[in-house]
Amino acid sequence: MTISVAMTVNGKAVSGKVEARTLLVQFLREHLGMTGTHVGCDTSQCGACVVHVDGKSVKSCTILAVQAEGSKVTTIEGLAASPDKLHPMQEAFRENHALQCGFCTPGMVMSAIDMVKRHNYQLDEATVRRELEGNLCRCTGYHNIVKAILAAAPAMKSAGV
Amino acid sequence: MYDFSYHRPKSVADAVGLLKSKPEARAMSGGMTLIPTLKQRLARPSDVVDLGGVKELAGIKVEGNNVVIGGMTRHADVASSAEVKASIPALAYLAGHIGDPQVRNRGTMGGSVANNDPAADYPGAVVALNATVTTNTGKHAADSFFKGLFETALADGELITSISFPKAEKAAYMKFPNPASRYAMVGVFVAKTASGVRVAVTGAGACVFRVKAMEDALAKNFTSAAIKDIKIPADGLNSDIHGSAEYRAHLVGVMARRAVDAANK
Repeated sequence: MTISVAMTVNGKAVSGKVEARTLLVQFLREHLGMTGTHVGCDTSQCGACVVHVDGKSVKSCTILAVQAEGSKVTTIEGLAASPDKLHPMQEAFRENHALQCGFCTPGMVMSAIDMVKRHNYQLDEATVRRELEGNLCRCTGYHNIVKAILAAAPAMKSAGV
Repeated sequence: MYDFSYHRPKSVADAVGLLKSKPEARAMSGGMTLIPTLKQRLARPSDVVDLGGVKELAGIKVEGNNVVIGGMTRHADVASSAEVKASIPALAYLAGHIGDPQVRNRGTMGGSVANNDPAADYPGAVVALNATVTTNTGKHAADSFFKGLFETALADGELITSISFPKAEKAAYMKFPNPASRYAMVGVFVAKTASGVRVAVTGAGACVFRVKAMEDALAKNFTSAAIKDIKIPADGLNSDIHGSAEYRAHLVGVMARRAVDAANK
């Protein structure tokens, strides 16, 4: 079954024809060519595919593109204010060396931003570690990821994002 | 995933109409179980009826002594609800420990209860709190709703519209999560409500079940000491790569005692 789908991705109106079974991550990567969102496990465990749908973090490998009809989607490509100004969370990941191979990073960053906002910019280490349970880093680089998120929370607050 | 026809009705009546007119149709709420099932080709529905557009199904309200939660209410919304936290904090705790944050942003209470996965968390709360499951056709008491492995009292074309949870005097949920999937290896929900003390176990058997011996002991003396000598028979409990039936039987006792201690705090 072919369906027309329309949504806003990173502030831009997009549309396309998809099959009912097309996943949101396939629509982003294969239809829109936005390959910043990764597919890791494809079984909703690893979190490499996390994007925001209407402001909430979701695993884009476990939502159909048609379910996001009319929604506002934000991906890793939509975070930086300009090509030379990273989002505070991206900047904190860079500063804290919070990535090794980088495969899990887009999902980590998207989950982390949702986490910071959900906790009203107030996080402690135990909370960050618990809330990261839906994101796997197979380089096991969690320590610096946690440091980066703790550093980004106040930076996001002062930047107003 | 095999392809299917997709529908996004706006009302319960339209959703039920679609489900009844297509014999191979499946309803989808959050999709956190259905989409992985479709990906593995373990199901092949002709039609998927997405309940995401049915606004009347989502929401939380307090009605007298009950907290009434719409079938399409997401786990994250139950976990963060001021009403649920104030009335039945154990239920908010349970919802906040399902899966991971991204799953909680999509998964729904109605979907979880209708699916009745043996390791799902919500069935424990429904049975222990003696909740009432309301559907488009009627009401089900908790004790007669869960029938067995992935089996419920729901008929074809019957959708959970809301679940009404009586407020508890004391309640707590403790689970031993599988370290990888976060599903309950064993979860025990203990509740003291107007209808008495109930102990409901999920994850351990084919389906949620009550432990009468613990309920009787706790009715007389609501302390973990009162149930410390009660042994759960391993017969018929789940046994898999994650744990034997004997291990799960032991965990039921441990989780029940922790739940009673938490409820008394």
